[in-house]
Amino acid sequence: MSTPNSLLKPIYLDNNATTRCAPEAVAAMLPYFTEQFGNPSSMHSFGAKVGHEVKAARAALQKLIGAEYDSEIVYTAGGTEADNTAILSALKASPDRKEIITSAVEHHAVLHLCDQLEKDGYTIHRLKVDGRGRIDLDEYRKLLTDKVAIVSVMWANNETGTFFPVEEMARMARDANILFHTDAVQVVGKVPINMAESAIDMLSLSGHKLHGPKGIGALYLRRGSRFRPLLRGGGQERGRRAGTENVPGIIGLGVAARLALEHMSFENTHVRALRDKLQAGILAAVPNAFATGDLDNRLPNTLNIAFEYVEGEAILMLLNKQGIAASSGSACTSGSLEPSHVMRAMGIPYTAAHGTIRFSLSRENTEEEIDRVIAAVPPIIAQLRKLSPYWDGDGPVADPEKAFAPTYA
Amino acid sequence: MWDYSETVKEHFYNPRNAGPMPEANAIGEVGSISCGDALRLMLKVEPETEKIVDASFQTFGCGSAIASSSALTEMIKGKTLEEALAVSNQDIADFLGGLPPEKMHCSVMGREALQSAVANFRGEEWKDDHEEGALICKCFAIDSVMIEDTIRANNLCSVEQVTNYTKAGGGCSSCHEGIEEILAKVMAERGETFSPAPPPEKTRPGKLSTLERIRRIEQVIERARPNLQRDHGDIELVDVEGKTIYVAMKGACAGCQMEALTLGGIQQQMIEALGELVKLVPVKLKSPQGLVNPS
Ligand SMILES: Cc1ncc(COP(=O)(O)O)c(C=O)c1O
Repeated sequence: MSTPNSLLKPIYLDNNATTRCAPEAVAAMLPYFTEQFGNPSSMHSFGAKVGHEVKAARAALQKLIGAEYDSEIVYTAGGTEADNTAILSALKASPDRKEIITSAVEHHAVLHLCDQLEKDGYTIHRLKVDGRGRIDLDEYRKLLTDKVAIVSVMWANNETGTFFPVEEMARMARDANILFHTDAVQVVGKVPINMAESAIDMLSLSGHKLHGPKGIGALYLRRGSRFRPLLRGGGQERGRRAGTENVPGIIGLGVAARLALEHMSFENTHVRALRDKLQAGILAAVPNAFATGDLDNRLPNTLNIAFEYVEGEAILMLLNKQGIAASSGSACTSGSLEPSHVMRAMGIPYTAAHGTIRFSLSRENTEEEIDRVIAAVPPIIAQLRKLSPYWDGDGPVADPEKAFAPTYA
Repeated sequence: MWDYSETVKEHFYNPRNAGPMPEANAIGEVGSISCGDALRLMLKVEPETEKIVDASFQTFGCGSAIASSSALTEMIKGKTLEEALAVSNQDIADFLGGLPPEKMHCSVMGREALQSAVANFRGEEWKDDHEEGALICKCFAIDSVMIEDTIRANNLCSVEQVTNYTKAGGGCSSCHEGIEEILAKVMAERGETFSPAPPPEKTRPGKLSTLERIRRIEQVIERARPNLQRDHGDIELVDVEGKTIYVAMKGACAGCQMEALTLGGIQQQMIEALGELVKLVPVKLKSPQGLVNPS
């Protein structure tokens, strides 16, 4: 949409969707489009320098996730490819195991792949979550049998920020001799990670979620794990992911990883404080609204608020008009007027699930911006509620489902 | 985000005629909070002339739902109920400078609210006869219910046929997988298995023996009959003359409004089964043998 309030600088609070690529990362990438165009695999000096810098970038990413070896990083085209690679590899590597354990609230990169695998004959166990988005470890434990090829559960949910206890779940899987993968796309760069000490076998990450470029990501693959490549061809990435390296992307991700490590405590103090301020500010001013997810156990940058009796897209359009960018779990498309699968899995009532808005911050947001958003949101919600047949003056109409009664069944 | 026209945005940001109307004497309500959109249309109708002197709305829904409601009230104010009922959902979309295919249902909702309000004014009961499924073909805005019904009604068995009948799948091809799933489901219901390969009948056009040709024509007719019989009708093969196939529609099917549509569907299947262009001509059966050519 193209009608932001032009007088004010736009406020970007959709960092779980994607982040601005850090200027330092962009600057570091540029030479690799021009003079440093060599192929790192080539046996000449054009390639050699590039190969050297790719190694340094890999080391920076290794450090961010605390991997023991740099060869445990397999570059991919992003989080989606890393997720697909991990799951399909596990199935190929253990052809006699036909079950997968995942959760009901995964990103589509895992969810839709599993839907497809189910049609192909695999059994998919989708762990349920409670109203706060938490998993039941007893349910999980019972599913850990020798029929399971892989467990794939996300580290933090992209909509609510809620953490799953992946470390504990990975240990349980290891005890049962089952591969464990986690989609950590929303976590890497926001929370300290130490893979050297972890029981997790595979981990997906994505450059553009941590102020790196789009189209680059990685699969962490623990040394010694059984693995089958998704893409076959040249011997790049030690034969685990064929295709000439996305050198500018790898370099940019290296810089982004270094910056993320430098800002790690800032993210968990300053950004978290801004997020908390935003939450308190909005909830104090807007009636019939609540934050979703496991509020004491979530990403420091993520806030998901459900506004009752209003629809998410309408909220976003009015926010956008004031130059505020956020996102909504509401998928208002024909037929599938269903709210997001995450909200449904948590059992958020329909009166609220259609009006969920995700505000996701980054280290680039300022307190002044947060104050502006806190001021902007209440009138927007009030304006939409004034239009809503479910709202009457200061509160919802008594018994909304009955008060609005279409004449047909 | 959606590529909304400037008019949609304008009506969303500055909705016309929003808010309750206590003096309304015609109220239509459609949708529900669980569906994600709901619209209450309120009209003030002059009883003698049935003229809509004022209209207002309350809507819970997305940007285009609110814009469609606003547009609708603007379009019908000053019209008589009869004139207003002539407003189609496409008219609402056109008024707004077009809607994305995913959002066409917003205009449908507006049109339904209008029908409901008119029924309310006249003391009748309005029934929602339209069921909406998941959007399958985004290029032509065709949903799963439409595809499923068409497959069922016409005994379709390939994506190509579905495209010919509904347009679904005729654009970017990304929904072919979804269409195949619906085909598999509906074909399973009638005891067939879906195979993605094109129907083998098409491979050797023009080489059919007369006997084989008649046999295939009969097969298509036989396949069409159960559906027609369910609606208390039937179809019978009368004669074949070159590229013209004469059939008789019987029972409830004879002269019914759907006759042309049904015949069109069967003709399409004939063309595919025979691999040549043929024409299906309905004739009236006077006596078991006597036939009257309508043309
Ligand atoms: C949890 C999660 N997994 C995977 C992805 C996909 O990552 P990418 O866009 O790099 O393919 C995303 C991004 O939307 C995400 O939030």
